[in-house]
Amino acid sequence: MDLRDTASERAFRDELRQWLAAVLPDVGPPPPHDDWPARRAYDLRWQRTLFDGGYAGVDWPAEGGGRGASPFEQLIFKEECERAGAPYVGVGFVGLLHAGPTIIAEGTTVQKERYLPAILRGDDVWCQGFSEPDAGSDLASLRTRAVRDGDDYVVTGSKIWTSHAEVADFCELLVRTGDEDRPGNRGISWLIMPMDSTGIEIRPLRTIEGTTEFAQLFLNEVRVPVANRVGEENDGWRVTMVTLSFERGTAFVGELLEAMRLLGELDATARRFDLFAHDRSLQHRLGHLQAAFDALWALTKRNVSEAAQTGVPGIGGSVFKLSFSEHAQKLGDLAMEMLDRAALCADPLDRHGTPLGNAEQVHNWFKSINLTIAAGTSQVQRNIVAERILGLPRSR
Amino acid sequence: MDFRVGDEQRELAEGIRALVAGRLPIGHLRAQEGAERTIGADDWAALGETGVFALTLPEPAGTGLGLADAAVVFEELGRALIPGPLVGTFLAAALDLVPGAAEGRVMVDACTSGGPPWLVEHLTSLDALLFLPAHGIGGGRSLLTTVRDAPTARRVAAPLDPLTPLWSLTALPAGRPLDDPDGRFFRDGAILSAALQVGHATETLELAVAYAKERHQFGKPIGSFQAVKHLCADMLVRAEVARAAVHAAACLADAPDVLAAESAAAGMTAFARMQRAAAGAKLLADEAAVTNARTAIQVHGGMGYTWEVPLHLHLKRAHLLATTFGTRADLSSLVASLVRAA
Repeated sequence: MDLRDTASERAFRDELRQWLAAVLPDVGPPPPHDDWPARRAYDLRWQRTLFDGGYAGVDWPAEGGGRGASPFEQLIFKEECERAGAPYVGVGFVGLLHAGPTIIAEGTTVQKERYLPAILRGDDVWCQGFSEPDAGSDLASLRTRAVRDGDDYVVTGSKIWTSHAEVADFCELLVRTGDEDRPGNRGISWLIMPMDSTGIEIRPLRTIEGTTEFAQLFLNEVRVPVANRVGEENDGWRVTMVTLSFERGTAFVGELLEAMRLLGELDATARRFDLFAHDRSLQHRLGHLQAAFDALWALTKRNVSEAAQTGVPGIGGSVFKLSFSEHAQKLGDLAMEMLDRAALCADPLDRHGTPLGNAEQVHNWFKSINLTIAAGTSQVQRNIVAERILGLPRSR
Repeated sequence: MDFRVGDEQRELAEGIRALVAGRLPIGHLRAQEGAERTIGADDWAALGETGVFALTLPEPAGTGLGLADAAVVFEELGRALIPGPLVGTFLAAALDLVPGAAEGRVMVDACTSGGPPWLVEHLTSLDALLFLPAHGIGGGRSLLTTVRDAPTARRVAAPLDPLTPLWSLTALPAGRPLDDPDGRFFRDGAILSAALQVGHATETLELAVAYAKERHQFGKPIGSFQAVKHLCADMLVRAEVARAAVHAAACLADAPDVLAAESAAAGMTAFARMQRAAAGAKLLADEAAVTNARTAIQVHGGMGYTWEVPLHLHLKRAHLLATTFGTRADLSSLVASLVRAA
């Protein structure tokens, strides 16, 4: 049991640090949250920079064109990028973390050659068509239908919570190809749907923050070539599960490090304006959050150690997510309380010439509310922990 | 980096588990509830012979292991509810304060309570007492004293933990002042107390899960109901997060080079970074131990409220440990004072 970088991990970190220091001065500030075309351009430009620097797909296996980094190198990559203030993966998320790894594992040679280099170079953006209005936590009950017609599938249905749909080139799409009367995880297929196909309507969904983070897709007899199917027909559920463990213990690491940074800024604000003198409980809550984030950073290293040794991350990820999402929400609530009325506007404010950081803290508060919902609600995560780790009887 | 519990540490833990299961099973311990002495000198010496107090001492006096190994061992001692001044005796051995501590020939308690009155554990069994002011978080004057016959001591008739007898002292006996330039009292004391707490949090989790599988209501094991499942899942999360924090703090204590790199990255001194890790771990472990014991009682329903089921012993011990080496207020303030803007 130790926390020491190996010689090769240290070398990877040093090299990455030098590279980041060299390229980041030329990267400007990110565009506004709501300007999707600008966000696409910004995120893809960064992806191209990573590609040119040899860091594209750092977590992809070498046979997929990636760097084949170890789980710890992936962790170091995320840590150093966050510490250096590098751009986030942004619109590249689905391609780099879901669709690409799925095609590496299950795609044909033709599919690999067509899609993988374009993801790595930052040419193509992918979105995800998994959830449906009636299939959320119970994803396997999805009903979007794909009917064979010659060399095409004809797809009809609706998908929801699709991030980056407006600017995506392709959609990783789960459809029902099997017997309609027997829903469930058999009878699902995994398709690559070009977003410029006829019959796709994109309706942006407005979040509680007032922004359009994701959209609902309406698919009306969209023709998708059979050649775009990844894996066998009706085997799409297994194909999907292959990549669910792709992040190997490093999911939400960027969010954790960002939360620590925001906590530090909150602390600096509290000291400058002497907020703890007025209310000691604020200090106790802030200290407790720092302790929790330090612990979650340690838990991340434990989960990554597990992944590095066994090849699979185990289910430490559920434990991490349950705790992190709860503490991120506490951080958001603490920030809102400490900001007082400065929390009432999203415009950047200052007091006596000192920026209050209110815009970012309020934005983070909104984001934190979604953390116990997205990527498996906390209730579903608790079922997973109780049944798969603790061995309690299944209840569904 | 490999931050998993290693094979040798697992074996060490299993060895301790086997020793206490054979020599100090729960039934044996419970026969001493309310007694003036709740662990015998021979049992204490047996713990000493196994090396429990001398783990971090260099060979040949000790086993030359690290605080991370000690944390793994103390977690087992917590799980098994082993009474006695475990942390104080470890400190006395590790810092070479009292001869015989390493071998378990003497008992030394670390009293971190403020007074008067000072509440001292196991007083008439003690050979020496460490007074660590300010709840043991550092600062103030530490004293090493002998108190076996302290004239002002009065035995507490109803101590919270029936396995930890208490005495009330109205005046402090004279003693030898102790230096603690490296903050070792707090560092080791907080980390090992936290390790005991992780043991309590884990044991109460396992008792709750076992009960939820075996207890049937409405024709089903109660563990098949999501309301009960989610209580158990939250217990696991608290225990795992606290364990990671305790092990990380212990690893930092064991590796000055790693601590130096971490503290440089955080823009703070190694001493401050170490304090933050130890205090944070203790804070989370206290919370996990107390909350898990409470939750296990809830899962057990009415049986959980009985004296017969040992959950109350874990709850009471967890409360006791939460008053040593920093209370919640001490620890959360200390960590908050060591936050740095990135």
